[in-house]
Amino acid sequence: MALQDLCHLQEVFPDTDCSPFGTRTGYYDDGFPASSRSPLFNFFIPAAEFLQESPLQFGQVSSAFTSQDHLLSSLSWPPGLPQDSPQPVPLPFPMSHGTTTLAFLFQGGVLAAADTRSSCSGLVACPSSQKVLPIHSHLVGTTSGTSADCALWKRILARELRLYQLRHGRRLSTGGAAKLMSHMLHPFKGSELCVAATLCGWDASGPSLFYVCSDGTRLQGALFSVGSGSPYAYSILDQGVRWDLTLQEATSIAREAVYRATHRDAWSGNCVDVFHVSSAGWRRRGREDLREEYYRERDRQGGEDLREEYYRERDRRGGGGPEGGVLQREGQTRGGGPETE
Amino acid sequence: MEYLVGIQGPDFVLVAADNVAASSIIQMKHDQDKMFKLSEKILLLCVGEAGDTAQFAEYIQKNLQLYKMRNGYELSPSAAANFTRKNLADYLRSRTPYHVNLLLAGYDETDGPGLYYMDYLSSLSKAPFAAHGYGAYLTLSILDQHYKPDLTREEAVDLLKKCIEELRKRFIMNLPSFTVRLIDKEGIHDLEKLSSGAK
Repeated sequence: MALQDLCHLQEVFPDTDCSPFGTRTGYYDDGFPASSRSPLFNFFIPAAEFLQESPLQFGQVSSAFTSQDHLLSSLSWPPGLPQDSPQPVPLPFPMSHGTTTLAFLFQGGVLAAADTRSSCSGLVACPSSQKVLPIHSHLVGTTSGTSADCALWKRILARELRLYQLRHGRRLSTGGAAKLMSHMLHPFKGSELCVAATLCGWDASGPSLFYVCSDGTRLQGALFSVGSGSPYAYSILDQGVRWDLTLQEATSIAREAVYRATHRDAWSGNCVDVFHVSSAGWRRRGREDLREEYYRERDRQGGEDLREEYYRERDRRGGGGPEGGVLQREGQTRGGGPETE
Repeated sequence: MEYLVGIQGPDFVLVAADNVAASSIIQMKHDQDKMFKLSEKILLLCVGEAGDTAQFAEYIQKNLQLYKMRNGYELSPSAAANFTRKNLADYLRSRTPYHVNLLLAGYDETDGPGLYYMDYLSSLSKAPFAAHGYGAYLTLSILDQHYKPDLTREEAVDLLKKCIEELRKRFIMNLPSFTVRLIDKEGIHDLEKLSSGAK
């Protein structure tokens, strides 16, 4: 499409009417804009041909309500109001929402960190996924929500930012990129699409951090953490993040926050990625396996395998019958609880 | 969860909104400004569903700015309120209604100050004082008891402080600070942020 602009190839592509959704959005159906009449932003949304109707209807088996639904909804809603969204298409497998990502501003720029576990209901689908994705040389985005959705929309954002840069000769600011992403995601509000990203960038006004969510939220801030592990990370970050941290201190606190979150949250784990965005661009710290950190901490706290302590306690109490032995060996109870006496 | 309040005096309107942007149990931002400047003398306070608030409020804001560019003068608060209500009503029975609750406060050269209450079902009412959110249940009776149509600016700020004190005392959510603005014939003035004291 950039080539098309430069070579004035618009005659090749057919004229189209815009806005498949009525007055609320201005997207082109087939995605090929004619640059002479085009508005500022032209979006090619993949599978745009399906978007003749609202995304809520996309792939729906049937949008007709059963009579039971009608009765229930007439009790809870005033008459005439739109009903709740129709039955969604059953997903092929349970989608993943578990992660810990965080980002904050400090004097050296923006620091972004995330774990690397992709979970799929109870299963670790991938222990080494990348949740902090570079978008361009001075912008990275952390991703949370559905991995596939995040990966796709980050690429779309990267493409649109590059096109903007080519068309207008300057780079879009971080806030502009966040607004662009928010508007691109808006037609999908109410559907199963789930993207909760923080955009961390360095633009003409310095470092900035934006949180963009597929439900439409767009917030500018100095510290964000997103994902199922975010409450655990927030509590660590709130204790130590200040503007005047050095890069080393900032990296250390980001790492610690992800580590604590991975310890407590089942859907976060494995490794931690840390990215630093400064005026020179983004730099990535090597991926670190947090299992090592867990063992190091355990050693620091007094070191031995707790099973040893356990057996010593059991022996001290004089062992027990075969029943007692079985119960103790099951492990999670404290050594020598009343039931084993 | 979110709280908006407006009090109209004889020649001014005082409005306040809380500053918390929350996502389930987490406060993501403590300094969120929920007021949108529609024109030199009109403010729109907007709360409701996550993306709808900013989207709808900015849509109204840009349309009013466009009106000024095209016609050379700004819409009056009454016209702006009716325009906003019309948009809410139009989207209400579409597939994508906006779930937002609004207060529109403005000063008109001919009509004086005005406070308009709108909710997500696109009802519109001009009111001497109004509030949105769960906090409204706790504060409307205070406003009923102490409001008088000719109250001064100081009395209005005191009344606002009473409301915030009541929220601090009885509201289950912690709303640490509130943005306060006053509109009169000179325009929009930022007043000091009110804190509820509980940190």
